[in-house]
Amino acid sequence: MSIAIAQTAPTFTLPGVDGRDHSLDDYRDARALVLVQSCNHCPYVRAWEGRLMAIQRDYIERDVRIVAISSNDVANHPEDSFEQMQMRAREQRFNFDYLYDESQSIARALGSARTPEVFVFDGNRSLAYHGSIDDNRDETAVTSRYLRDALDAVLSGVVPAVADTPPVGCTVKWQS
Amino acid sequence: MKIELLYWAGCPSHPEALELLQTLLAERGLEANVDLREVRTDEEAQTLHFPGSPTIRVNGRDVDAAGAEGRPALTCRIYHLADGRVSPIPSREQLQEALA
Repeated sequence: MSIAIAQTAPTFTLPGVDGRDHSLDDYRDARALVLVQSCNHCPYVRAWEGRLMAIQRDYIERDVRIVAISSNDVANHPEDSFEQMQMRAREQRFNFDYLYDESQSIARALGSARTPEVFVFDGNRSLAYHGSIDDNRDETAVTSRYLRDALDAVLSGVVPAVADTPPVGCTVKWQS
Repeated sequence: MKIELLYWAGCPSHPEALELLQTLLAERGLEANVDLREVRTDEEAQTLHFPGSPTIRVNGRDVDAAGAEGRPALTCRIYHLADGRVSPIPSREQLQEALA
């Protein structure tokens, strides 16, 4: 069960693929913070990856920060290791931070179930939107752009019309 | 024609793959049954050479030969489309070619 709308973002300090630690407070200037439960190996993540980069590019000047977090157990999914995360971020030229939640504490705090799964926090770090990036993994068939709509609402100081959608993707790989 | 669709329930893609497969079979007027098989454990994934969900074999041949040799695992399978995009299910073209 994911955290509820209006709940506060969990605090964290996690290593990023850039070799630095990143904490919630590092993003204090962002008018909206998007935490994305993510990983390397999932085809749904990869299908949406380009759209996520486009959203970061389109909203960076409006002080929106996207932060992807991988929490997957790497014992059974070695392609999600920190080294592989660094490689993927470099290859794809991610324009957002990509953090490694080895203890899975952030995934548990968010109540994440899927990758990708999006959590949009407003300027007060209160959850304003949770769920999918949009309504179709196939970009050519998208009709509702949930994440963009939620960001537009948050940046306008209003509550998103759609605040919760079911995330579609791979399951988070929990440690046994 | 023998068609198998192997899937792992932890990945949400197999209903969409089955629907596409059945649509293509109907379009071609083929009466073949699709043998659905759930893969539940890592041991089963190893035994069945299951590189991820869904895996579709027509007369024993994987519809995506390039991905068939992936490490057996309970995971979602990645398919690469002709236009460079990534998909959790085979493309219509991949399935059409396998059914031809």
